[in-house]
Amino acid sequence: MSAETIEKAIEKKPAEALLSKRRKKLVTDPLVDENPITIQVLGICSALAVTTQMKPTLVMAISVIFVVVMSNLVISIMRNTIPSRVRIIVQLAVVATLVTLVSEVLRAFAYDMYKELAVFVGLIITNCIVMGRLEAFALGNKPYDSVLDGFGSALGYSWIILTVAFFRELWGSGSVFGIPVFDYVSGIFGPDFKLATNGLMVSPVGAFIILGLIVWVQRTKTGYVEH
Amino acid sequence: MELFNLGIRSIFIDNMVFAYFLGMCSFLAVSKKVSTALGLGAAVIFVLTVTVPVNWLLNEYVLKEGALSWISADLASIDLTFLRFIMFIAIIASMVQLVEMVVEKFAPALYGALGIFLPLIAVNCAILGGSLFMAQRDYTLAESAVYGFGSGTGFCLAIVALAAIREKLKYSHVPNGLKGLGITMLLTGLMGMAFMSFMGIDL
Repeated sequence: MSAETIEKAIEKKPAEALLSKRRKKLVTDPLVDENPITIQVLGICSALAVTTQMKPTLVMAISVIFVVVMSNLVISIMRNTIPSRVRIIVQLAVVATLVTLVSEVLRAFAYDMYKELAVFVGLIITNCIVMGRLEAFALGNKPYDSVLDGFGSALGYSWIILTVAFFRELWGSGSVFGIPVFDYVSGIFGPDFKLATNGLMVSPVGAFIILGLIVWVQRTKTGYVEH
Repeated sequence: MELFNLGIRSIFIDNMVFAYFLGMCSFLAVSKKVSTALGLGAAVIFVLTVTVPVNWLLNEYVLKEGALSWISADLASIDLTFLRFIMFIAIIASMVQLVEMVVEKFAPALYGALGIFLPLIAVNCAILGGSLFMAQRDYTLAESAVYGFGSGTGFCLAIVALAAIREKLKYSHVPNGLKGLGITMLLTGLMGMAFMSFMGIDL
């Protein structure tokens, strides 16, 4: 090929739209069809521990979105300079730095939340979603795409843990976001009517069972079968 | 006796998997066969027993508030707690690397048996979780060693038990949507209920 044709080839390729079909897929795929928790079985470690209440779960979800997006961006920018032999350590260092940031911000501005989440913020470092996205996507793709991909995966993770938290808090403590729903309902039907809360939902066992049922419902809908 | 109680506690009552959900990823992914589950379990026991005390030393003499006072009195006011995550994960990653090299050199048979699980352990939340709990609960050196061993054993016990159940489960008829992760989560929930019965024991 002469220099001229190469130039033409370069010219002919139009810049991809900011939200092209392919890029939209990067965000929407992990929500249902490629959900990190229910389909890929990643990031379950920290997903269940914080889901007894909605509020800490929301904080956790936001933290994970931040860490995944930022680490995807950073690693994607550095992808051509990281020797593949030491890439795990480099990834861990980047992720650990971001998680330290999150944890220090929480400690400064939301100390109660920091106390409540305790070690689980730190455990975002070893959240398999973060490492999984870095390994599978950010190491081989451009920064903007990686950010979208990370955002989609983290969002897929977030809605699952928020759903788990919703049911656990509703049935375990009779409230949603700290609002005592069960008390209101009892108030409507008079003093004799009492909705009982289930202590099992607050314990770890509740999380396993709720998540198992969500997986069942979700996979029945999408028709995904694991072999 | 205190130490013995702590060991029992960390194996059964504060079980890594059933009480804190740590190491769930590998717990679910590697529990299809008893033999591989046993390999991973052994590797986790080993790495936890080594890294928790090492991280204790690091925390006690470098990271904790006033920990540097053993160098000189001027450094007593320095608090490096915010470096905890990075230092712990660095220690774990390098320890795993070291353990891998030592095992490869001196016990090739064990190395072959553990295979890919050894390097993967660096990103197992149970390992980092062990160190973070150790720092949070202010254990002593002896306690942290016992805690590391105990929680590793708890993880090993849980994963081997689950693998055994899943091997049997292969011959049962499970609804399509529930196959794999779904039924495993429900199983873990039921096993968790069984482990809850240990909670009443007061040590």
